[in-house]
Amino acid sequence: MLPAAFDYRAPASLNEALAILKQHGDEAKVMAGGQSLIPLLKLRFSRPELVVDIARIPDLNTIKREDADGHFAIGALARHVDIENSKELATAAPMLAEAAHWIADPLVRNRGTLVGSICHADPAGDWGSVVLAFGADIVATSQSGQRVIHAQEFFQGPFTTALNPDEIVTEVRIPVAKGHSGGAYLKLERRVGDFATVAVAVQVELDGGKIAKAGIGLTAVGDRNIKAADAERHLHGKEPTDAVIAEAARLAAETAEPKDDARGSAAYKKDVVRVFVQRGLKTAVGRAREAR
Amino acid sequence: MKVTIKVNGVERTGDVEPRVLLVDFLRSNLRLTGTHNGCDTSSCGVCTVLVDGEPVKSCTALAVQLEGRSITTVEGLAQGATLSAVQAGFHEEHGLQCGFCTPGMMLTGTALLERNPNPTEDEIRWAISGNICRCTGYMNIVKAIQHAAKVRAEAAAAKPGVPATVGAGGGE
Repeated sequence: MLPAAFDYRAPASLNEALAILKQHGDEAKVMAGGQSLIPLLKLRFSRPELVVDIARIPDLNTIKREDADGHFAIGALARHVDIENSKELATAAPMLAEAAHWIADPLVRNRGTLVGSICHADPAGDWGSVVLAFGADIVATSQSGQRVIHAQEFFQGPFTTALNPDEIVTEVRIPVAKGHSGGAYLKLERRVGDFATVAVAVQVELDGGKIAKAGIGLTAVGDRNIKAADAERHLHGKEPTDAVIAEAARLAAETAEPKDDARGSAAYKKDVVRVFVQRGLKTAVGRAREAR
Repeated sequence: MKVTIKVNGVERTGDVEPRVLLVDFLRSNLRLTGTHNGCDTSSCGVCTVLVDGEPVKSCTALAVQLEGRSITTVEGLAQGATLSAVQAGFHEEHGLQCGFCTPGMMLTGTALLERNPNPTEDEIRWAISGNICRCTGYMNIVKAIQHAAKVRAEAAAAKPGVPATVGAGGGE
């Protein structure tokens, strides 16, 4: 399948890329690894006049911990495989590596990026739920400077984000508490490489045995990745007992808005959300207790 | 648009539209038809090639994205008439039936053994999870890669002067 014709630029610097976007606006489309965009181009769901390949811009492929507040900065060109194999992330934020392992298949993970995936904003995308659960900040850069968009404001609908056409997401900032924190990513898929039937991201922070912070993101059960805010509020300040976790799971399932499709009925998917949030919270709390 | 890619060690230049996929560049422009085009939706893996040693799906890459990169296709595995260890493994263990998935399977297997010379069966199965065999001949594909790992380990042990790429236990 050939995509419709487009012009192609591969700028060597961020400034050059931003200038191109300023000039071409929404006629241009940014590409990193191309694992979401190229299928869209082939199906002609997307027909940009210009593809701006940012893969040759230096220093965007970093995964580094910032000392100031301990957040991880994931650069625009950090691939799924880089996150999956990062030893530092495996210790500090195991949910990231766990989620990476579930994305597509190993070959796609060698080219696709976290930032590209969230900018694509597929409601069945895995990273959207992960950044929601962490309460991550998304850094958008344009010629006018940088602005920070909170994850929950970033996703606005299916394949729709808060980004302006002249902006590039240069980095995602994942806050990771230095104390007792832990997370889990659970995904149900029919086979390797399929989109999620349902997936759930859970991240908790404990303080003196009680939940100081809880984040829950839901995949493939709505028109975007959903933050299960009611469940998060229910957990806040409480001891993570079985009853508290069960109630949070029930609330998360109520927040989900799945549709009947070939992967399962809406009722079935809601129940998978409940079971996965329950399991995920238990795993996350266990990991948080062991974390130092 | 001019594109120069190192393919199997040789710099190849072509004049392509930006929309031309890597798989089509390899098959149509360079006439390297060992790379197959299957599902065309990055699901099946028959179009697998190695980019700087890592397996990727060439139906989901533009030729122009690979400017200056180094690509290995199935045609680049053998040294003259000598099969690579993975190719020999597929021959010995009957790792193919119809052969359609074989180039991709062999390249993914080759990349796995470069990174992890002594993989477990589970690691092999995960590594090839993005490559689909329509004959469902996975048992022998796994055996073929295991065979190749063994042959590589023996070759490395027989040449002590050569830096061993064999993992723990491989040289025993």
